[in-house]
Amino acid sequence: MTFNENRRAVGRGARPDEYGGRRHRLPPTQIAPVAERPAQPLPAPSDWTFELIHQYHEVIRATAERFGLDTYPNQLEIITSEQMMDAYASVGMPVNYRHWSYGKEFIATEKNYKRGQMGLAYEIVINSDPCISYLMEENTLAMQALVIAHAAYGHNSFFKGNYLFRMWTDASSIIDYLVYSKHYIAECEERHGLDAVEQLLDSCHALMNHGVDRYRRPSKLSLAAEQARRTDREAYAQLQVNDLWRTLPRKAGADEAAAPERRFPAEPQENLLYFIEKNAPLLEPWQREVVRIVRKIAQYFYPQRQTQVMNEGWATFWHHRLLNTMYDDGYLADGMMIEWLKSHTNVIAQPPVGSRAYSGLNPYALGFAMYTDIQRICEHPTDEDREWFPDIAGAPWLPTLDHAMRNFKDESFIGQYLSPHLMREFRLFAVLDDETRPELEISAIHDDNGYRRLREALSRQYDLSAREPNIQVWNVNVRGDRSLTLRHTQHQNRPLGDSAQEVLKHVARLWGFDVHLESVNDQGRTTRQWTVEPPRH
Amino acid sequence: MIQQIIDRRLSGKNKSVGNRERFLRRHKEQIREAVRRAVDGRGIRDLAQGEDVHIPKRDLNEPVFSHGPGGTREAVHPGNQEYVTGDRVKRPQGGQGGGGGGGQASDSGEGDDDFVFHLSKEEFMQVFFDDLALPNLTRTQLAEVPEYKTHRAGLTSDGTPSNLHIVRSMRGALGRRIALGQGSRRELHEAEDQLAALVRSGATDEVTLKLRSELEAQIHALKARLQRIPFLDPIDLKFRSRVRVAVPSTRAVMFCLMDISGSMDEQRKELSKRFFILLYLFLTRHYEKIEVVFIRHHTQAAEVDEQNFFHATETGGTVVSSALVLMDEIIRQRYPTSEWNIYGAQASDGDNWHHDSGRCRELLMDKILPACRYFAYVQVADPEQNLWEEYARVAEAVPHFAMRKATAAAQIYPVFRELFKKEGKTA
Repeated sequence: MTFNENRRAVGRGARPDEYGGRRHRLPPTQIAPVAERPAQPLPAPSDWTFELIHQYHEVIRATAERFGLDTYPNQLEIITSEQMMDAYASVGMPVNYRHWSYGKEFIATEKNYKRGQMGLAYEIVINSDPCISYLMEENTLAMQALVIAHAAYGHNSFFKGNYLFRMWTDASSIIDYLVYSKHYIAECEERHGLDAVEQLLDSCHALMNHGVDRYRRPSKLSLAAEQARRTDREAYAQLQVNDLWRTLPRKAGADEAAAPERRFPAEPQENLLYFIEKNAPLLEPWQREVVRIVRKIAQYFYPQRQTQVMNEGWATFWHHRLLNTMYDDGYLADGMMIEWLKSHTNVIAQPPVGSRAYSGLNPYALGFAMYTDIQRICEHPTDEDREWFPDIAGAPWLPTLDHAMRNFKDESFIGQYLSPHLMREFRLFAVLDDETRPELEISAIHDDNGYRRLREALSRQYDLSAREPNIQVWNVNVRGDRSLTLRHTQHQNRPLGDSAQEVLKHVARLWGFDVHLESVNDQGRTTRQWTVEPPRH
Repeated sequence: MIQQIIDRRLSGKNKSVGNRERFLRRHKEQIREAVRRAVDGRGIRDLAQGEDVHIPKRDLNEPVFSHGPGGTREAVHPGNQEYVTGDRVKRPQGGQGGGGGGGQASDSGEGDDDFVFHLSKEEFMQVFFDDLALPNLTRTQLAEVPEYKTHRAGLTSDGTPSNLHIVRSMRGALGRRIALGQGSRRELHEAEDQLAALVRSGATDEVTLKLRSELEAQIHALKARLQRIPFLDPIDLKFRSRVRVAVPSTRAVMFCLMDISGSMDEQRKELSKRFFILLYLFLTRHYEKIEVVFIRHHTQAAEVDEQNFFHATETGGTVVSSALVLMDEIIRQRYPTSEWNIYGAQASDGDNWHHDSGRCRELLMDKILPACRYFAYVQVADPEQNLWEEYARVAEAVPHFAMRKATAAAQIYPVFRELFKKEGKTA
């Protein structure tokens, strides 16, 4: 129900003292008792008013507090459906620079919406501090309550807690950064022409997914530390000197050839945009800044792309839990319950494979089921659970869930917490598709022999590095024609798609000299090569 | 925890307008093509409407590195019905079907159809008349209702508070305070010096004491006087002044001359009406102050209104010069050339009473063309008769006379664009 297509995505990560070092409030092991039961449920007309949203929000906030949800401050904004479509078009952000592809998105959304082919999301939530949630004007009161619980408390606490978000996004500066980038790019357009900026942005967008840091760069050493290291190294080298070696006679003619060829970059680099920003020979300073803007935004969205199941599951779990608790406490009327439950059921519906509605695993369904299952394992473990999850079976559920939310991404979350119980419930099965064989093979199903393989396969399915081809900067011919060589390392012999040639044209435009791409298979043999010349002006 | 509910509903939609503009700009060629095709196919009445534009999906593609089909992959699906481990299943046709798809196939469900979107009427007309202009248009003179432009003209001493120039006002006030206080301040300083000298001398005789008290009273009075000088006086206030200046405006009149003689069959009439509709739309859209004179003729010419011009069905023989004579009369009566940019557009099938064509040329050369900025002639039939030949001689002699032929509906728009393209642009 939330929409944050993680297609584009500012990520100046947290400072070292923030990440890891930053303390967070420990979750309570027990739910705090309700303050006092209300005399009657909150009013439940179908139309919302500001007053009512205020009242509901107040109760939801108090309930979330009882569970110890740690969130950024909330900012709820009421918007119209047109504004929702505007937000859709700029990747869910309230401001963004201008680009034709957002226009395309807007036109497509508008068309589908007007024809009734598609409903709009009920809400959009932005990972910012304060956390902005958009509530759509058309929603009924019950939906608004659902959205507040889902976005303003579910997603919000996930944004604040999950390690990837803490590491890669700075929620307090994202809006300012987007405003800056919008102005900067508008200024570039004025100065250098719409065409030049558009082409540059097209090229950067093509590499967006390959423009993120997957690991934190080591922080720069201080001058003193650097010097201390150098003296250590020299002292060590001095210790190794044995004058005898110098007296050995050399092979004639061997000395020149023996000089090792120096590579650039010394190590392959996986952040293509960063490499281009820092090293492309012909880019103007403004062009580097634009590359940087796109790269930063890609980095901002990087955690979202890796935590879809976890994020949606967490939000869905919490709106379900919070609203149910409110009902138990006597705040919600029956009609409201039915209305939001209907919507909730639609959201977590998982059509089986083969059905017309099937389009892969529904992240809401899987995520919601997994958190619910973790709670079940904590509270009512079976023998199987005790065997599979000895560490969490019977443990208090709130801290366990909190730990699961903070320290994982989709891949590791599924690898850690997908229980046999759930695999049976979803009736999961794995299909092996090997090009060399004429038929598909069912490699594992939900039985004793299959659980581990199934879990591993599903976990890999959510591994971003397996979903996207592994392409790295391999070499730059520094002394020759300055050509850039990228290397695609094939995983399980999967080839690159047909778009590679087109993307390479974009790389060549940024690099300014020839670009080569080579696919290398598991055996280390080059299977395919591409070469693209830069456009001549 | 701060809690805010903000009502954003009033703060503007259409934030994406800039993105849409960029999208249209990028696909200008396809859009132009679509507009051209649309115009060819449309009836006269619904020319000015929006249009659906089809753009092939591949032109909108944003490529990224992705996996191609092939290699080994394992996908997990829910809802197992009958399979057990080790089962072999036929590969589904079409590669990415239910079997081997994995989680990525969800957003590409639409297939390879064109991307279709609706161009609004405004945008349609924008593309439609892009790069067109009336040639040789000049700003002639001040109209009866002149256009004004405001521009800055220094400062004045009265105006509205919003135009108050604070720095200049305060500077004036400071100067006035210094000037008005100067005499009193000098006296004050002198009195203070005297008093200080008296105090320093330490004399306590009666005269000195009296003098001191006098001096003190004087100082007091002077200070009070200085105090009374107002900090800010109305005469200090300076306001930014803006004046309205009348600017010359362009006044233009377009004469539309249409042949409705018997030789003009329905199809030819349709063609010339189509031409004039384009012209009319273009003029009314692009020029605020323009007058259009409709003249139709068979053997006699008559000035008619818009409704009659496009929709009436009168007919007769052909004397083209009658229309030119009428046009000349109207110019002399109502549109002095010193005040008006005069344009003419004529459509005919070229079939004229043959003694008349020479007269047409003379009329054009002697009377009409010297008064005109531009005159365009469209022949809606192919045969070149004596009118065409006479006009060809005019076209050789006069640069601002243009003539074209359009024999099918599809040719009207290109011919129109050619006749009214902006200088230096290709149609």
